[in-house]
Amino acid sequence: MNSSLIDPARKLPVRRIALVAVAAAAWIALYNLIQPLANWLAYSALGLQSGSRLGESVAFFLYDVPKILLLLSGMIFLISILRTFFSPERTRALLGGKRQGIGNVLAAMLGIVTPFCSCSAVPLFIGFVESGIPLGVTFSFLIAAPTINEVAVVMLLGLFGWKVAGLYIASGLVIAIVAGLVIGRLNMERHVEDFVWQMQVAGAVEGEKLTWSDRIQRAWDSVKEIVAKVWIYVVVGIAVGAGIHGYVPESALAGIMGKQAWWSVPAAVLLGIPLYSNAAGVIPIVSALMEKGASLGTVLAFMMAVVGLSLPETIILRRVLKPRLIAVFIGTVALAIILTGYLFNLVL
Amino acid sequence: MLNIKVLGSGCANCKRLEATTRKVVTDLGLEAEVEKVTEMSEIMKWPILSTPGLVVNGKLVSTGRIPSEKEIAAWLTA
Repeated sequence: MNSSLIDPARKLPVRRIALVAVAAAAWIALYNLIQPLANWLAYSALGLQSGSRLGESVAFFLYDVPKILLLLSGMIFLISILRTFFSPERTRALLGGKRQGIGNVLAAMLGIVTPFCSCSAVPLFIGFVESGIPLGVTFSFLIAAPTINEVAVVMLLGLFGWKVAGLYIASGLVIAIVAGLVIGRLNMERHVEDFVWQMQVAGAVEGEKLTWSDRIQRAWDSVKEIVAKVWIYVVVGIAVGAGIHGYVPESALAGIMGKQAWWSVPAAVLLGIPLYSNAAGVIPIVSALMEKGASLGTVLAFMMAVVGLSLPETIILRRVLKPRLIAVFIGTVALAIILTGYLFNLVL
Repeated sequence: MLNIKVLGSGCANCKRLEATTRKVVTDLGLEAEVEKVTEMSEIMKWPILSTPGLVVNGKLVSTGRIPSEKEIAAWLTA
């Protein structure tokens, strides 16, 4: 029986890779069709006046929704493929035995590529500190992972361009590193709930062996999962953004969200912390606000507060952190975000 | 009889994993007991860093994701 010797996992990828190639070609074709199609729909099919408020809003909406959804699908597929090479277990092994400083930098960077869901923040926290990773290094990871998430980065890329997306990633990294270093310096170990230190944590699990076929399958699964979860926020967020785009007069917001208003950055952060939303709903709205005179620093600070410092995640973390450490965590990150906002308003 | 445990503190993914597992058990007509473990100190007895986790007869087979029905079926009939 010769045929049984052929490993099916080795035979499969040819078809899968062909499928991915076809999907990529269709993606590019569709992406280039969106603009003419949106214009045709808004101005010819619906008969709206080009340059009118309603026309501008509708064309904006019809263009941005498919564009962002396509971008999300394509980019999340690529990011998810990359992420199949990482896991929380591997990240923990990489961080083990690292000192403060270099450990914080590594933890923040791994926070970007390690698959992470804030619902797993507690087991991850326990697993990290129990294996001897310093508290500050663990926090660098826990700050970077939700802040620099794939949806936020892709939406920024689609609505603001690569410069702002890059700026967001860089400042998210710096905030995670600095806040982690500060928390580490404060020696807050006794403000971790006592049961965490007493817990007997089981040894490491062996890593999975994934074939390319598995990686493609998993990436496709996460595209379906994420798009199913965020599409409604994208649509609503862009609808609100489109309304602002068409109806709010130019520079209406310069006075309250512009560079001159010094209090706008802390106000944006304070407003952003309790707001529970995801990047998908917030980014289209802030992008429209910026068009009307809000400054980039204020807008980025608001976004980071919404995405990185969410109330639900804080409540989850309360199970392992005593109130004072929770307060220090929120305070440090909020302060770091505010300073970043001022810095951008100053230099850009 | 199989003993299956779903490890997770009650997030949406944990509930989905439990539902999928129960479906596979019913579809295959297996005799199995499906337990939900939500207590963190119990969950951490397995080498787990991200939930949900799936334990079949005392062995952790999956963490941090929702495996497909096919994968779950393979673990349950192994």
